[in-house]
Amino acid sequence: MNDSRKYIIRALILIIAVIFASKLFSIQVLNESYRLAAESNIVQEIIEYPYRGLIFDRNKELLVYNEPSYDLMVVPREVENLDTLAFCSAFGLEREDFDKRMIKAWRYSSIKPSQFIKQIPSEDFARVQDKLVGFEGFYATARTVRKYSNDGLANVFGYIGEISSNQLKRDTSNYYRSGDYIGITGIESSYEEQLRGRRGVKFKMVNVRGIEKGPFKGGSLDTLAIPGENITLSIDIDLQMYAERLMKGKIGSVVAIEPSTGEILAFVSSPSYNPNLLTGRNFGENYGSIATDSLQPLFNRPLMAMYPPGSIFKIIQGLIALEEGVLGPEEEIYCDNTLIADHAAPGYYDVQKAVKYSSNNFFVKVFKRIINRDAASDAKSQFNQAPIGLGRWNDMVSQFGLGSPLGIDLPNEGSGSIPSPELYDQIYKGRGTWKFSNIFSLSIGQGEILMNPIQMANLAAIMANRGHYYIPHIAKGIGQTNYLDPKYKERHETNISPEHFPVIINGMEEVVNATATRAKIKDIAICGKTGTAQNPHGEDHSVFMAFAPKENPQIAISVFVENAGWGGRAAATTASLLIEKYIRGEITRPWWEEFVLKGDFLY
Amino acid sequence: MVGGICFERRFFVLSSRGKIWDRIDWITVILYLILVFWGWFNIYAAVYDEELAVSMFSLSTNSGKQLIWIGTSFLLILGVMMLDFKFYDSFSYVFYALMILLLLAVLGTGTIVSGSKSWFQVGGFRLQPSEFTKFATALAIAKFLGTVNVKLDNAKNQLIAAGLIGVPIVLIILQGDLGSAMVFGAFVLVYYREGLSPILFALGLGVIALFIVSLLVDQTLIFIVTGSLALIFIGLSIKNFKKILVIIGMAVFVVGMVKSVDFIMTDVLKPHQRNRVVSLFNPDADPLGVGWNVTQSKIAIGSGGVFGKGFLNGTQTKYDFVPEQSTDFIFCTLGEEHGWVGSVLLITLFSILLVRISIIAERQKSRFARVYGYGVLAVLFFHFMVNIAMTIGLFPVIGIPLPFFSYGGSSLWSFTILLFILLNLDAHRMQVLMH
Repeated sequence: MNDSRKYIIRALILIIAVIFASKLFSIQVLNESYRLAAESNIVQEIIEYPYRGLIFDRNKELLVYNEPSYDLMVVPREVENLDTLAFCSAFGLEREDFDKRMIKAWRYSSIKPSQFIKQIPSEDFARVQDKLVGFEGFYATARTVRKYSNDGLANVFGYIGEISSNQLKRDTSNYYRSGDYIGITGIESSYEEQLRGRRGVKFKMVNVRGIEKGPFKGGSLDTLAIPGENITLSIDIDLQMYAERLMKGKIGSVVAIEPSTGEILAFVSSPSYNPNLLTGRNFGENYGSIATDSLQPLFNRPLMAMYPPGSIFKIIQGLIALEEGVLGPEEEIYCDNTLIADHAAPGYYDVQKAVKYSSNNFFVKVFKRIINRDAASDAKSQFNQAPIGLGRWNDMVSQFGLGSPLGIDLPNEGSGSIPSPELYDQIYKGRGTWKFSNIFSLSIGQGEILMNPIQMANLAAIMANRGHYYIPHIAKGIGQTNYLDPKYKERHETNISPEHFPVIINGMEEVVNATATRAKIKDIAICGKTGTAQNPHGEDHSVFMAFAPKENPQIAISVFVENAGWGGRAAATTASLLIEKYIRGEITRPWWEEFVLKGDFLY
Repeated sequence: MVGGICFERRFFVLSSRGKIWDRIDWITVILYLILVFWGWFNIYAAVYDEELAVSMFSLSTNSGKQLIWIGTSFLLILGVMMLDFKFYDSFSYVFYALMILLLLAVLGTGTIVSGSKSWFQVGGFRLQPSEFTKFATALAIAKFLGTVNVKLDNAKNQLIAAGLIGVPIVLIILQGDLGSAMVFGAFVLVYYREGLSPILFALGLGVIALFIVSLLVDQTLIFIVTGSLALIFIGLSIKNFKKILVIIGMAVFVVGMVKSVDFIMTDVLKPHQRNRVVSLFNPDADPLGVGWNVTQSKIAIGSGGVFGKGFLNGTQTKYDFVPEQSTDFIFCTLGEEHGWVGSVLLITLFSILLVRISIIAERQKSRFARVYGYGVLAVLFFHFMVNIAMTIGLFPVIGIPLPFFSYGGSSLWSFTILLFILLNLDAHRMQVLMH
């Protein structure tokens, strides 16, 4: 009886077998996701962070290096039997803070490591290292923080910080990952790719407790971390630190350039901050107070501040007039105070003398010749000629690297401004509505003309080179090959004939006997030009640009001190001290040093 | 029954040795050996640690210990085969009663292992009486149904049959070992073969279906659907009073069933058991908590691909992602290292073994032997089905081993005895009528 049921039972066995075989076929053969899940189970990606490149000064003195710090990582699932109280006291956390961080870690992943405490300085870490063993689920990974051997150059170095989600989105190279550090400004930003190196990755197999079981696929997918390339700056750190000392307590800039190469020897933005404040775990806090400082220490004045150049611009006017042939090298022009107020005494001036005494009236007359070159004396003709003359002038001025960024290897370089005919068309509502008398303040570097201090220093370099320049740059060489962007080796011409330079330079040489007597140094021929940039908001700004020595110049410099009045006083003294420091290596006039350090320029 | 010494003489007579090895079902024996040794290899793979590279024979590992269990099992086989086949028939109830006593004893004096009080600790070894109750119960059922004129068509016999299964189930549930208790439910298959009404059998399946539905669907929804269906059917058969009563009765049964499932889930099952049931239906709800076992088990098996990662190359099992990998989850190791091909080979081996047991059972001359054969089939089938189903996520995680394959002395001994009693009976099937 019931014999047929044996077939039903056997059929049941076969049905189950078929169900199992099909289900297994679906998860083992058809579905890839289990294989991937298995890999992500056992494979832990361990990132080896490369050392960021070191930064040296031109004499190979170490300026920026790395110090080990540690990130405390947590794998939430592995946290067991944690003595929270002991943990909090070891790492100096509040209980509330601990909970917040833990929740964040859980939200990210329960089995993947996430940063629990970032950038523990190595000396702090040494104290807790032994206790770490007792805290299951926590481990430390080595990172580095930037350290600076001097408290200067902050605006050159810039700083690094954790990459923002916006930067991550914009990163087309797909190199960066959340939590990576990236140069945010300064040299750290402009040479980010060279400095950062290449991160290494190790794939390790781990068991369920996260214990290492050896390399994944024999380590064939692993890559080594490649340290970043070192950078040698053109900065002379002694000169730099001396310049910063002199600028302490003042608002302004110093830029010194080696004329023969365009290498920047000193680069001061004052006031600044200690670069060590913007590294490590206190970054956030310190950044807040620095960024909100009313004196704007983060504002990189040599590149970003733009001022009317004042009298130093007369040099360019003189050169253009000579080149245009509207002025003879020894042509004398009678000047009195009829056109414009003047410090220079009335009398006959040639261009050399006009530079020496900074005659306003001379350069107004010369600039009028430039603008109205072919014009008849009637008004209509002058209205027609002004845009043509200004256009030519604009082209020539632009050859001096003005009106557009020079292309220095630091971010946020301002362009300055050289007025074009179109600008006045706009201001005076149309062509033929303005003429020389509307724009004559340009003659003496006032009005709609703006330069930043790096352009002023570059002008000094152009004078030193008698007509050409190299784009100022802060890096001297990158890596072991001392690589440098070829654009910094390219000679830029001003297209002013060399024969026009001697008269102007002779005038500049005599400046130290006229408007800038404080700049005079025994045995060093300084060629300079003072400027006093009018400031409608307060005291005038003090400007001085110079190069020295006259023959085979070694240094070209611009000093800009805000609200310090007459250029012959604060700026000239500072520039002269720096020139002496660089060329002679010592200061022979301590009284002027004292004067500058004291900083009472207005009396 | 006769006195001890006396039946020793009567029953410990050796059957002529050469003959029993000639008459034994070698197909089954070979299948058994393949499974046992393949299992042993997999246990070694499951506990293998590259760094230690301990030998397969080292007694410090499960694979070394399993070798001892395998060796002792062979001794047991000799013992089981040498005993007179009539001994099992005569002493069925004695075995059964003895096992029930042991189950009671373990409740009192047992050792608790992973939440279940079902172990006797003897020195360094642990024994699990519930394992041995399986073959004892199979014998008892065979004895009962083998009795002349006992048929499963009346309530009294049905009740006794239910009782034979029910007593160990209750005792083992009391130990806290739901998984092992469920195994005894498998004997219903034997009753089905021996004439239990298919309606009762189908009803049982219906109850299981309803059980699953009531876990998945909100109670109120079931009540509403049941009520509406009942009203529709009552409306359709408005003139048939008897039919209406049946419909109402069924509706009440459904409501009662759903309510009792709710009661079982909240009040009877332990939290970890409840979670296992819940996670079966939605393992992704909490892949790192309750669903961890199933998820990791599926990952291990699923990552095996067609041909597997190769012997000792499984990463998921080797690095302990799968829990209980040498016992209940041994199939993961096989699935990961030998892939779909290996898995299907194992399923095929089991299917052949089960069908072979059915064939052996059917060719028995005595009803006792046939019923016992189906008892063996039921126990092995249930273990095989539930164990593999749970590792691939078709069934809740119930801690029962894969027969012959999983690590464990009690289970290997128990399955060996279970199977070889049948082979002993089968070897002597021609002598039954002569006796």
